[in-house]
Amino acid sequence: MIHIESISKSFGKLKVLNQLNLSIDREGIFVILGPNGSGKTTLIKSLLGMVIPDGGDIRIFGEAIIKQWKYREKIDYLPQIANFPANLKVSEMIELIKDLRDVDTREQDLIQLFGLSPYLNKKLGQLSGGTKQKVNLVLTFMFDSQLIILDEPTSGLDPIAMLHLKDLIRKEKARGKTILITTHIMDFVEEMADQIVFLLDGKIYFKGSVKEVLEKTKQADLEHAIAQILKEENV
Amino acid sequence: MFKIIRYSFFDLVRSRWSIVYFGFYFLLGMALLFLNNDASKAIITMMNVIVVLTPLIGILFGVMYFYNSKEFTELLLAQPLKRSSIFIGQYLGLAISLSLSLILGLGIPFALYGIFASESVTSFILLLTVGTLLGFIFVALAFNIGLANPNKIKGFGMAILLWLFLAVVYDGLFLISLVMFDDYPIDKFSLIASMFNPIDLSRILIILKLDISVLLGYTGALFQHFFGTSFGMISSLGVLLLWCVIPIRLILHQAKNKDF
Repeated sequence: MIHIESISKSFGKLKVLNQLNLSIDREGIFVILGPNGSGKTTLIKSLLGMVIPDGGDIRIFGEAIIKQWKYREKIDYLPQIANFPANLKVSEMIELIKDLRDVDTREQDLIQLFGLSPYLNKKLGQLSGGTKQKVNLVLTFMFDSQLIILDEPTSGLDPIAMLHLKDLIRKEKARGKTILITTHIMDFVEEMADQIVFLLDGKIYFKGSVKEVLEKTKQADLEHAIAQILKEENV
Repeated sequence: MFKIIRYSFFDLVRSRWSIVYFGFYFLLGMALLFLNNDASKAIITMMNVIVVLTPLIGILFGVMYFYNSKEFTELLLAQPLKRSSIFIGQYLGLAISLSLSLILGLGIPFALYGIFASESVTSFILLLTVGTLLGFIFVALAFNIGLANPNKIKGFGMAILLWLFLAVVYDGLFLISLVMFDDYPIDKFSLIASMFNPIDLSRILIILKLDISVLLGYTGALFQHFFGTSFGMISSLGVLLLWCVIPIRLILHQAKNKDF
């Protein structure tokens, strides 16, 4: 599904991705972890074509994607910060994003799930951070694509919305989708992740299940396991 | 691209700033016309306002809009859209909505006054055309500044400096050079120099049309002398169009290679 072959990316002198290789071939929840500045966001943005790698090759669904755009209709992406045009209404925003693809959407179910109906006619500028994030989630999940990429999906959500989100992610997984997530909340990772992709210095340092990480580092929980890895590598 | 234009246009038209901008031109137009009661004088005054104000508003709104919609742009970049459609769409949405504020803000008072029945109607249409072109030019310059500078403060600084340079400093330098090289034949130099500044060029264009070039400065007289009115107008209009096209090409080029 995703094949990344030795991609590199530097911003000025800073080498963010360094000959990174990664293959993801099956469905499930893949969590990308790594310390700040390890290249998580750059990796995700490379998949989406927002960052253009200096070298290497990326294939998604078998198609070389660098400097292409059409392939993005097969990807649902949740950006980290939900900041929308202040003077558009929620319903108009949904229409706008919906308008960009020629596929069936399921926004009604999602609006119901996150309780957004009372906000549909409000302007986006008037919404609270958490509500904006819910709109963001609707915009992401309404397309029902095979590949879903979520950048910090939990930020600003109240506990109920968080539960709904977790349910939603599990359901999507059960329907055979591949879900890529970055997060800093370890509880979320332990609960949800099938595979952990651990980035360090612009390379994949480790790829495996939560259990494998714990066994490898001989720690009781993921937080300590990650700390252990970083200590060993002197980061 | 048209979808992006439509939505950024609707977003902007409803913003407070567009309405304030519209209101400003509306009130100014009303005041000038009904207190002065002379359309061609009002057009000259409006020209002096427009050649300075539309570039300022265009470049400031441009950088403001660019930086404010950063996250939204990123959301769009992750959608199946070409980069060129996103940026040109946003650019046109903003440039069109600013132009609409100008055209309606001045158009309504002048229409109420009866400009369309008077002989100043062509001057008035030229005034609006030049104002619109200046808006398109400076919004395009603003987008280029935004694309080149990730740092917001630096971007704003550059935008204001660029405006200041083209609206004020350039004329000063121009004047100094004319005085300093008084003894040399520098007609061609001044012609070419005014081509490089869209604000000067707009002024010349309207001055040529109003036939008051002798009264209003050296470059205007020079232009009329060299080109004769209609050729001078067409060529300066052409150069203004180039001033639009080149920055737009530059937006496309920058957008294609940028990392977000």
